[in-house]
Amino acid sequence: MPSSHPQDPDRKSWMSLLARAPADRLASLFPDPLPDHTLLRAPEIGSVMVQGRIGGTGAPFNLGEMTVTRCSLRLTDGTVGHAYVQGRDRTHALRAATMDALMQTDAAPALRPTLDTLAAEETARRTTRAAKAAATKVDFFTMVRGEDK
Amino acid sequence: MYVAVKGGERAIDNAHAFLAEERRGDPAIAVLTVPQIREQLRLAVNRVMAEGSLYDPDLAALAIKQARGDLIEAVFLIRAYRTTLPRHGFSSPVETAQMHMTRRISATFKDAPGGQILGPTFDYTHRLLDFRLAADGDVPPAPTAPATQGPVPHITGFLNRDGLIETADRDDTPPPDLTREPIELPADRALRLQAITRGDEGFILSLAYSTQRGYGRTHAFVGELRIGMVEVEMDIPELGFAICIGEVELTECETVNQFKGSKTEPPQFTRGYGLTFGQTERKAIAMSLVDRALRWKELGEDFTGAPAQDEEFVLMHADNVQATGFLEHIKLPHYVDFQSELELIRKLRAEAAAASQKEAAE
Repeated sequence: MPSSHPQDPDRKSWMSLLARAPADRLASLFPDPLPDHTLLRAPEIGSVMVQGRIGGTGAPFNLGEMTVTRCSLRLTDGTVGHAYVQGRDRTHALRAATMDALMQTDAAPALRPTLDTLAAEETARRTTRAAKAAATKVDFFTMVRGEDK
Repeated sequence: MYVAVKGGERAIDNAHAFLAEERRGDPAIAVLTVPQIREQLRLAVNRVMAEGSLYDPDLAALAIKQARGDLIEAVFLIRAYRTTLPRHGFSSPVETAQMHMTRRISATFKDAPGGQILGPTFDYTHRLLDFRLAADGDVPPAPTAPATQGPVPHITGFLNRDGLIETADRDDTPPPDLTREPIELPADRALRLQAITRGDEGFILSLAYSTQRGYGRTHAFVGELRIGMVEVEMDIPELGFAICIGEVELTECETVNQFKGSKTEPPQFTRGYGLTFGQTERKAIAMSLVDRALRWKELGEDFTGAPAQDEEFVLMHADNVQATGFLEHIKLPHYVDFQSELELIRKLRAEAAAASQKEAAE
């Protein structure tokens, strides 16, 4: 399976983070103007069929689709960037593909803080929800029972 | 025979203008925004995503607004939009064991590892109208507590250890897709689950209820119900590896059902499975009951003639867009069909009258 051997696990991680990032937040952290590029595939809205597994662990089945926008581009130095991002925001896909390309160049260190911010904000969102859920965890206690003599 | 007729164009245009005005309602009342629907009518949005079979909360909220709150009409709009989208591919099967959970309960194991997490539930509310909601909108922030880190394993896994419950062994057979190929019967379990998860909640609920009342009884307990966000991964052809392309909220239900055993299987618990888009637990629970009822043949149980056991009955009537399309089309002009029926009735009446006259004369 190619999926288990990404050439660059770091690349998988930033592409995934960019796909999950809120589009408006990415736009504010990585604003226009974007560096010069040629579109290899203009941002294209489409769907991906999401699969589940029977019983959580068994055979796959088709659960339903989600909207996904993809984009591919080439920077002037020839570096190619790709993006597949959730939703229908073309600028989200364009920005993510640009970031993906730049992260493969010398510009990467300068962009790290942006990715770190997105990651930290995602962690904070998840932690907050998990903490609210944790507050609804049931503590059982057994009432004194009278029948045992 | 179809006869083309023209007319009614002005009436139709004016009807649509009237519809738009009625949709808006009293202009003195603030207009409802799509983000308001998305955030504050989230369970309606979830239902439209589940039955529309397309995960996109903004689109579902827009569809609800356009449909004036008619959720089946909204599902129809989503299905129609979906057909315009190119298919970029299909995901790897989602790992529900890795879910970021907001709710997780078990009706069978009180002390399940990971605990009973109630989450944002209507359970244990008193179902009394809250008139405060008619007045103000501000609520205090929900309390928090330290959360345990890491994934929480499925509860059925604990039963599996003792061999008391059937396993769901990993299998990578590509599933059929009813959005590409029409349903063919007999359907395998993967196809049935796809049809049920996008099926009408009311229909699936009623079928599940019928099994509880004795029509194809399977005696289900909710082994586990979990709701939360799950990451979706897909193999990217340009890259040769998989990335996460987003995350979806899912509800997963596993039922634990009695099973007496068969010629090949020892007595053990069996399982029904439900997985739905969004926080849609009534649907997920109902789905798992109907899934289990439909497994009678595979498990060597008797067919009692119950509707929930009848694959054709369930699969061919679960889709509310198909159902409403066929049902509602009978209100559209059928003038020519009706004209021929009218002529037939007149002819039959004339023949009957002639026959009785002849009888009287004889």
